[in-house]
Amino acid sequence: MAYDKFNTLRSTAVPLPIENVDTDQIIPARFLKATERKGFGDNLFRDWRYHPDNTPKEHFVLNNPIYGGKILVGGKNFGSGSSREHAAWAIYDYGFRCVVSSFFADIFRNNCLNIGVLPVQVSPEFLQRIFEEIEKDPKAELTVDLPEQKIRIEATGEEEDFEINAYKKENLLNGYDDIDYLLSMKEEIQAFEHGLPL
Amino acid sequence: MSTGRTLFDKVWDAHVVRKIEQGPDVLFIDRHLVHEVTSPVAFLGLKKRKSKVLYPGRTFATADHNTPTRNQHLPVKDPLSANQLRALEENAREHGIPYWGLGHRKNGIVHVIGPENGITLPGVTVVCGDSHTSTHGAFGAIAFGIGTSEVEMVLSTQCIMQPKPKRMRITIDGQLNAAVTPKDVALYIISQLSTSGATGYFVEYAGEVFRNMSMEGRMTVCNLSIEMGARGGMVAPDQKTFDYIKGREYTPKGADWDKAMEYWETLYSDKDAQFDKEVVFDGSAIEPMITYGTNPGMGMGITSGIPRAESLDGGVATYRKSLEYMDFSEGDAMLGKKIDFVFLGSCTNGRIEDFRAFAQVVKGRKKADNVTAWLVPGSHQVEEAIREEGILEILEEAGFELREPGCSACLAMNDDKIPAGKYAVSTSNRNFEGRQGPGARTLLASPLVAAAAAVTGKVTDPRELLELETA
Repeated sequence: MAYDKFNTLRSTAVPLPIENVDTDQIIPARFLKATERKGFGDNLFRDWRYHPDNTPKEHFVLNNPIYGGKILVGGKNFGSGSSREHAAWAIYDYGFRCVVSSFFADIFRNNCLNIGVLPVQVSPEFLQRIFEEIEKDPKAELTVDLPEQKIRIEATGEEEDFEINAYKKENLLNGYDDIDYLLSMKEEIQAFEHGLPL
Repeated sequence: MSTGRTLFDKVWDAHVVRKIEQGPDVLFIDRHLVHEVTSPVAFLGLKKRKSKVLYPGRTFATADHNTPTRNQHLPVKDPLSANQLRALEENAREHGIPYWGLGHRKNGIVHVIGPENGITLPGVTVVCGDSHTSTHGAFGAIAFGIGTSEVEMVLSTQCIMQPKPKRMRITIDGQLNAAVTPKDVALYIISQLSTSGATGYFVEYAGEVFRNMSMEGRMTVCNLSIEMGARGGMVAPDQKTFDYIKGREYTPKGADWDKAMEYWETLYSDKDAQFDKEVVFDGSAIEPMITYGTNPGMGMGITSGIPRAESLDGGVATYRKSLEYMDFSEGDAMLGKKIDFVFLGSCTNGRIEDFRAFAQVVKGRKKADNVTAWLVPGSHQVEEAIREEGILEILEEAGFELREPGCSACLAMNDDKIPAGKYAVSTSNRNFEGRQGPGARTLLASPLVAAAAAVTGKVTDPRELLELETA
């Protein structure tokens, strides 16, 4: 099932300078009851975004109209905890296509890559610079260049390289997914299964 | 150049179908566990691609995450939960997958029933759309949580694509102190390494502390591997492992057992094996633990005080936000803090040994009036053992009630929600904001610490009640 292709993204960004943002915050468990992948964006950061009576919490960044864009910038160890892919779905469904942090939890990173959201890991210093620039100017733009594997702060021209393995990069550039790859090697898998001890 | 291989290398390498240059490995999955929450979209994907389940006999389905823990014989009231449960049942039937739904005698928490039924074996690969799949590593399996896209991959091809993680060994020797349980050992490790200290690694637990641990204890430790960011954790199989699995329903029998044993006996890290990271702790330094913050790394010995922000390595704003949520102050003692709820259960501590430990403390005592206690066995088999061993009587005499199996208040998808602002001493695995209900405040601890809190109504050192010396 192909997803959106990702090439180069230039956008303003939403800052969330909090560390250890876990997937229970990104989408609380009580919103995982759907049997289809629809509507998760409404509950993105639900309990940080809304009071128990569903009125918006004014101070939360997603409720501040000054901030917006397709890039979410989070603190260190973003996406820890539960394996729920719903967290990546909620981020995508809300409109983000890229998450930037100085450190990602493993399963969350995989989940993002599997649905076409690009996780960009930068140095703690560069992350700090992004937060500073957005604080200075909420309309500050970032450019994420996947072919060149670079992220740039437009206002200052500061940039940094980021890592992604060649296979995943190719997938994102073309909108391919792992399932199609695996389905194409079914016979090889079946032969392998035959030789297993258990 | 060393040629030795780690336990992890041996199992991983035996399951690589194809290596992609500058990319992930295509890894074959022996056992796939599914539950109602993370599988429906995967089955939907299968339908869209007009694909089938490649090996229905390698996938097992149970309902656990949003099932009620009372009146399971009645229809599930919440329409969304009921819908998800129905979807799992229909998907399992359509694809010929064994399904143990509500009311089935094999029903229970996915990570409790896998080992109980011999689905979890040494040297296999196990995945499930649930991060606590790491539990199964206790048997010397490579077991880890996956996302829903990967659930679909396993259903349709029995493989996933992942880069091989790095290898870490955590060695703990020395004698554990009285009332220090496997849960305390795990919370101690996480408090030392932080919630991201093992991200990118697969952990092997080694040393006499883990060798001396029961299989249940090893499951508790491996279960919590994900809480320090590790993909998973494993313990090399030994006689204890083989004794545990022998004779269970899906365990190989006769000649198949002998053949499997030949493989299992090779499953240890070679003496000259190299790890990317080695960590060593002293088992005698560990106290009964409790958490005070909003991630499992924020744990401390129960007699210490809440650390001051200055003593931390950065992240002061996040730390203060966390204490504010808990309504605790830096330097506070945890002992004596009033609590409102106690939760015994979950894939971390919902097995028979955990109920034995809880009963040991509450025996001859009474539940504190200010405490609401939810005691939830991990499976019907655990529930049966609680009855057979006379533990139920002890619990009931002390004023406790046993509920029916499921994940329950660990993630509060069903009705078992801790109310906003209330404190719960919980034997589960996560103290994240709102994890046990919006606004709920969780203190993670062992079954012994939970029991001590349940009978005193406050955070209490279980050694006081068990008349044991504090270290």
